[in-house]
Amino acid sequence: MSQRKDLIIIGNGMVGHHFVDTFRALNGADQWRIHIIGEERHSAYDRVHLSEYFQGRSHSDLALGTSEGYQQAGIAAHLGTRVERIDRAAHTVLLSDGEELCYDKLVLATGSYPFVPPIPGHDAERCFVYRTLDDLDAIRSAADQGKTGVVIGGGLLGLEAANALTSLGLTTEVIEFAPRLMPVQLDATAGTVLKDKIEALGVRVHTDTATQQIETLNDGRLRLHFADGEPLETDVLVFSAGIRPRDELARQAGLKVGERGGVCIDNHGRTSDNDIYAIGEVALWDERIFGLVAPGYRMAETVAAHLEGCDSPFLGADMSTKLKLLGVDVGAIGDAHGTTPGTLSFRYHNEAKQQYKKIVTSADGKRLLGAILVGDNSAYDSLLQYYLNDIALPAEPDSLILPSASAAPALGPDALPDSATICSCMNVTKGGIVTAIDGGCCSVAEVKAETRASSSCGGCAAMLKNLVDATLEARGVEVDHSLCEHFSYTRQALYHLVQVEQIKTFDELIRRHGRGHGCDICKPAVASILASHWNEGVHDAAHVKLQDTNDTFLANMQKDGTYSIVPRIAGGEITPDKLLVIGQVAKDYRLYTKITGGQRIDLFGAQLHQLPEIWQRLIDAGFETGHAYGKALRTVKSCVGSTWCRYGQQDSVGMAILLENRYKGLRAPHKIKFAVSGCTRECAEAQSKDIGVIATENGWNLYVCGNGGMKPRHADLFATDLDDVHLIRTIDRLLMFYVRTADRLQRTARWMESLEGGLDYLTDVILNDCLNLGEELDQQMARIVDTYQCEWKATLEDEQKLKRFRTFVNSPAGDDNILFVEERDQIRPATHEEKNRLIASA
Amino acid sequence: MTVQTQNLKWVQLCQRGDLVAESGVAARLEDQQLALFYLPDENRVYAIDNHDPFSQANVLARGLIGDLHGEWVVASPIYKQHFRLTDGQCLEASEVQLKTWPARLNNNNVEIALAL
Repeated sequence: MSQRKDLIIIGNGMVGHHFVDTFRALNGADQWRIHIIGEERHSAYDRVHLSEYFQGRSHSDLALGTSEGYQQAGIAAHLGTRVERIDRAAHTVLLSDGEELCYDKLVLATGSYPFVPPIPGHDAERCFVYRTLDDLDAIRSAADQGKTGVVIGGGLLGLEAANALTSLGLTTEVIEFAPRLMPVQLDATAGTVLKDKIEALGVRVHTDTATQQIETLNDGRLRLHFADGEPLETDVLVFSAGIRPRDELARQAGLKVGERGGVCIDNHGRTSDNDIYAIGEVALWDERIFGLVAPGYRMAETVAAHLEGCDSPFLGADMSTKLKLLGVDVGAIGDAHGTTPGTLSFRYHNEAKQQYKKIVTSADGKRLLGAILVGDNSAYDSLLQYYLNDIALPAEPDSLILPSASAAPALGPDALPDSATICSCMNVTKGGIVTAIDGGCCSVAEVKAETRASSSCGGCAAMLKNLVDATLEARGVEVDHSLCEHFSYTRQALYHLVQVEQIKTFDELIRRHGRGHGCDICKPAVASILASHWNEGVHDAAHVKLQDTNDTFLANMQKDGTYSIVPRIAGGEITPDKLLVIGQVAKDYRLYTKITGGQRIDLFGAQLHQLPEIWQRLIDAGFETGHAYGKALRTVKSCVGSTWCRYGQQDSVGMAILLENRYKGLRAPHKIKFAVSGCTRECAEAQSKDIGVIATENGWNLYVCGNGGMKPRHADLFATDLDDVHLIRTIDRLLMFYVRTADRLQRTARWMESLEGGLDYLTDVILNDCLNLGEELDQQMARIVDTYQCEWKATLEDEQKLKRFRTFVNSPAGDDNILFVEERDQIRPATHEEKNRLIASA
Repeated sequence: MTVQTQNLKWVQLCQRGDLVAESGVAARLEDQQLALFYLPDENRVYAIDNHDPFSQANVLARGLIGDLHGEWVVASPIYKQHFRLTDGQCLEASEVQLKTWPARLNNNNVEIALAL
């Protein structure tokens, strides 16, 4: 073997890790022996998402690399080890465990440390910083006995820390010395809007406030004294007043450092010693420290390239950021303070919605120089592209931030130059993505794996998908529509196979038309096809293994593994006696109750073995299953209608009950929601439903393919002044055609948009019967309506089926990991933190 | 796994009739919860930890099973990650691996092996 050189990286944070990754990808690494030295006992982890550690994520969830991974790659990782000193003359570093390592090249990636202002009392036991997992562990254990927390520092990191404290259940306050929050990024108005929004979330903010002393009280709590104003007591204090470079090794070694700290580097990342590089927050380039991860990554790439003899200079980096702080959108791009002379600014401030948007342009209004967004980041991606790529702005630049019916002029993937950065974390351009697609990538997942775009913060995910889709489409690429690895067919094609070949089981279908044993994608999809075509019980022996947990146990699994129960309340009409039954059952089983959007009552918190007992009581009182767990008709919402309402034109409640009872149990590609309004005032919001019926003087108007949810769609008027018989026949045919032709998990709105010819085609098929399918659709629906059975009733009558409803097959006990706490007089699942506390106190 | 049979103690958990074909049930052994998956065609039972590390809930026995790239997996019913039945490896996160136990059908008894 040829003589290998030694490369030492001091620091195993995000940037140090990225350097190793990049360097190994560039180089066979066989010419180098790589040593990583990390002071923390943990291997590198994602510090950007640190606050998620308090939301139940562990080090392994946040980890970027593992000791084993390094070992397998032939890298010597010295974790939990400090470097005591660098001997530049001897080319060695001395480790805290006494070992001495030689280097040919050395990379300093020591990062930064949180600055703690020298306020008297700052070193008290309950004062913390927010930087490492060990810091977080210390904060968590202090927070365990406490109720309140204070963060000193209202910058970006301070607000992150405040978010972390609130997620620990502490009532949190933020102290900022400057007159506004995030003084570096925001202007005065933006700071005020952000402050108002954060205070509305329960976090008090004190700006313009100088802390003068931190007093430790007898019980260990802290009392903060300010230059003016009342003192403030707290259980936990976190400093987040900025960062300082960890340049002490460099100073000791006599490397050139900046006046206010930071190791000076040139455009190649080299320090004043040609064999030593510095990257990330410890490095000072052009008198600047870059406190974001993306510029650190750029430096890492520059140094990796330079070690390989390539020239890829670091020439500064964009410091634009987009974040969600305590759930509030904040974005800052470029020079948002308008400090360049002769600039123009445009501002939009909506006090009702607490939104603020500002753009700063060149004097001629053609180029974007900076932007600030608070409360709504929807314009961020487009604005950033204008800024980074110097794209000419529209004639009215303010149209980019003003709300308008037609929305801001979209900056589609076509408008971007190839040099446009799509993912700023991993520095992937549009050109890079297009090259990856030309190289054979055929999906977002493949492009992500190839280019690593959108694999860090994920902020560019939507833009990436647009670009990939548009590029594939432009290439005429047939996107693979296989359901999964077991079937090379779409749901529609499988439906036709089932229908034409009279296939009745999954096993038969996969034997004839698929491969393997099936998976969690195809099994429920085929189960739904079989159910809507043959309407056999979902629990019949051949179908048992196909159902997901909700269909198996006829209830909705919640995040803690318990289930919620929704009895059918057709049309939202319920007798006082039935209300009493629901109330009594909820009380007896200690269930959380909530009124749903579909005018029924959801009961939460039941364990598996309790479901049959609960349902026995509901069935005895005359209830039926509500199919809230199924891809099926959910509810028919209604207003009170002509029976009571002085404006009502028809009996909307009666019609709603009729429709709900007709279509209950119908299995479909996705859930289906209906509503019936008794007059044009539309109190039942029928025009946002899959099927909406609105009474007229002469009968009913039918609206179809509306949708609330993630991408709302207003329903289309489909037929007018129908009588009851024609209304039902039209809905029968439309629903059956949807069940037959829609794709897996496609709601009616997207289904209609996907049909060639859209609404006109649907009108032709359903109302004009152009396919001559009408009678067949009628018969199929009649068969399904006639064979309806309440799945819960059938289950309770079948000993064999009931056997499945056991939490454990070998014990009558419940799951003792399911724990509740009370909130607003009802139960809710205990958080991870609360569970630990409950278990500890038990 | 290279554990010798004589170093294992086989413990009975339940009966074959408690299992559900090509699906899962949960069982308990002291404080441990196990998910048991039954493949009648292969006359096999797999036993893996019932605890889903992503949701922190004991739910894996209630996940759908199937094969991905030729290997049996269970999909968590909460966030849908897949775990290999043979060794508990999570397919979406290389650093996550669940505990598994050797399991067998001894006539109609469902047994798992504990290391002595």
